[in-house]
Parts: sequence; C-alpha cells; structure tokens
Amino acid sequence: MARSKELVPGVGRLSRSQVYAARGLHKGLKKSEKPTVPEVAPTKEVQVGGAKNGEKRTVPTQKAPRFYPAEDVRLPKKSHKHPTSASLRSSITPGTVLILLAGRFRGKRVVFLKQLESGLLLVTGPYKVNGVPLRRVNQAYVIATSTKVELGEFKVEDKINDAYFAKSGAKGKTSAEEEFFSEGKPKAKEAFPESKAADQKSVDSAIVAAVKKTEYLPKYLKASWGLSKGQFPHQINF
Amino acid sequence: MQATESNFKRFVEVGRVVLLKSGPQAGHIAVIAEIIDHNRAIIDGPTTGVPRQSFPYKHLTLTPFRLTKLPRAAGSGVVKKQVEAEAIVEKWEKSSWAQKRAAIEKRRSLNDFQRFVVMIAKKSRTDRVRKAVHAAKRA
Repeated sequence: MARSKELVPGVGRLSRSQVYAARGLHKGLKKSEKPTVPEVAPTKEVQVGGAKNGEKRTVPTQKAPRFYPAEDVRLPKKSHKHPTSASLRSSITPGTVLILLAGRFRGKRVVFLKQLESGLLLVTGPYKVNGVPLRRVNQAYVIATSTKVELGEFKVEDKINDAYFAKSGAKGKTSAEEEFFSEGKPKAKEAFPESKAADQKSVDSAIVAAVKKTEYLPKYLKASWGLSKGQFPHQINF
Repeated sequence: MQATESNFKRFVEVGRVVLLKSGPQAGHIAVIAEIIDHNRAIIDGPTTGVPRQSFPYKHLTLTPFRLTKLPRAAGSGVVKKQVEAEAIVEKWEKSSWAQKRAAIEKRRSLNDFQRFVVMIAKKSRTDRVRKAVHAAKRA
C-alpha cells in the first residue's frame, strides 16, 4: 500500500476521507482465511524405563520454561527481508578470463563458465593448464579481465550445479582413543571420484581447444597475476 | 639592436601549430588564427576536431610547426585549406614527439593479457640480444 506522506508529525498529506478513497474501503476490508493449525493435545503419554517405575507417565507436550526474565522485555521486530542471489556483473560473460583474488587458487587466471543458482560463479582452470578444477567462486573476490575465450556453442551440463559441489555425508565416527593416536599422522585421503574426473575432462576438452587458438593464451592462463611496485588496481586496465 | 638574435625558437604567432593541454580536446593540435592579448589567442583546428575558440596560452604547448602563409584573422575555411596544403597534421603525426605520445597512451591502455604478451616479447628480445652479444664476444 502506498503510504500517505507525513507533512509534519501527526499531519498526513491525505485527509481521512481521502485515505478512505485511496484505500478503496468502500469495497470493504478483505477477510483473510487463517491457515488451520492442527490441534495439539496439551499432554502426552511417555514410556518410562526401569523396573518399578510405572512404565508410563503423563507429560505436558510443551515444557514450561525454566527461566522467566525479571521484567517484561520487548521482543525485537522480525525482519521480512529475504536475501537475493548476487546479480552478475556485465563484464562477466561465459568465456571471460577471471583473476581469482582469494582462496586456495589466489592469483590464478581462470575461465568463467556460468553463474549457479546460489549466485556463485562456476569456473575452471582448465585443469590441465593451471591446475584449477571445476570450482565455485564468489564474484566479489574476482577481477574480470576484458579477455574472452570464444566458447561458441559450448554449454556446461545442467547436472553441474550447487548440489554437485555439496560435501558428502558425515565423517565416520572414530573413538577418542583412535583419534588421539592418529593425531599428527597424515589423514587417509579419499580417492577423487571417477565421475568428477570425467566431468572435468569433458568440460575442459572444449575449453582447451578454444584456448589454444589464441597465441600465448595458454601461457597466460598458466601464469599467476600479481601487483608490482607502482601498479594500482584502480589505475590499471584489466 | 640586432634583429632576431633570440634564444627562443618557437613563437606565439599567427599560424603556429599548438598542442592543447587541457579541456575536452586535450591532446589534439590546432593552429593560432589570431592573437587576442598577452594571455589568449584564437585557435582553430578544422581538420583535428578543435572548434574555433579563444584559448589561454597557459593550456597550450607550442610545436615546431607553423603555417607560413596564413593571414591574420583567417576564417576556418582558409585555415583548413592551408593545413591541407602544408600537410601539417601528417607532419605532426610523423614527428617523434607525436609518436612518443601515442606509444605512452597505448601502453597505459593495455589490458592484462596485452601486458603479459609485452612481457614475453621483452624477455625474448633480451634473450636474443644477450645471445648475439655473447656470440660477438667469442668471435
């Protein structure tokens, strides 16, 4: 609803009847149906272990709190804001060479493939060129250069999305003793899954072919980026 | 008093080609069409995109080129004809001064990949020079 402007605290722009007309109250107020809340019983029956304990006990469904504040405190307002995923910079298009500024591969020049749903950018080295695998990268930690690799019709498969990069399930439980003895020794690494290696190869084959077309581009992607004395990012053309 | 025994070679005069130092046409050349006073002149660059206007000397640099046959207070058409007749713009572009300016501008506008290629080229040139010197020393 468009708010009526306040001229002075307590005096609005629109009069009472004008507000009535603006709100369309002659049509009547809307009645919203409250969603039906399932009825919950106030008490429930719980099984109790131990012999001679009576087996069952009636217990309230919601426990009373252990602590009440001395004075009534005001509850903070609940925010109705929702985060949106970052919008892609216009300088970043599929095939753009990006410079990574943070993380394991800082300083590496990589090829941008696409933006994932979470807003993160999917990039690849290519792996054979500079050792950067298919990886997600945050747009904020990236410099977009004006150099573009011509990918043409190449599109990354839809199966490579945010879920593809999710970490696999919980680590196996080790007893405290085992953990103590194994501290300091190199951890046993899981072999890199074959399917992921195959995905990397299939994506990179097209990109490496495109990269090789330009002279010096493979060398460029292999080299690291850095600032030297007298260079200031706000004055350099990327 | 001896005539023209001055230490100066470039004078503010009608026909002198000047290089603009500031303003929207900074970096372009124009011709002095008329002198207003000890601070300003009317400059005109019909072929270089400089509109006819008064311009302070402070923001001009004199070049060694001049239009010898330009009459005082000539209009843009006459200036244009003289500039084309003496091919002043071509002379300016060929001068090492103009070429150095162009090279500096290019160097500043290079992108990351171009800077990388320049670095490779410099390295390979140094390498060839070093090898040639070494070969010449042995001979």
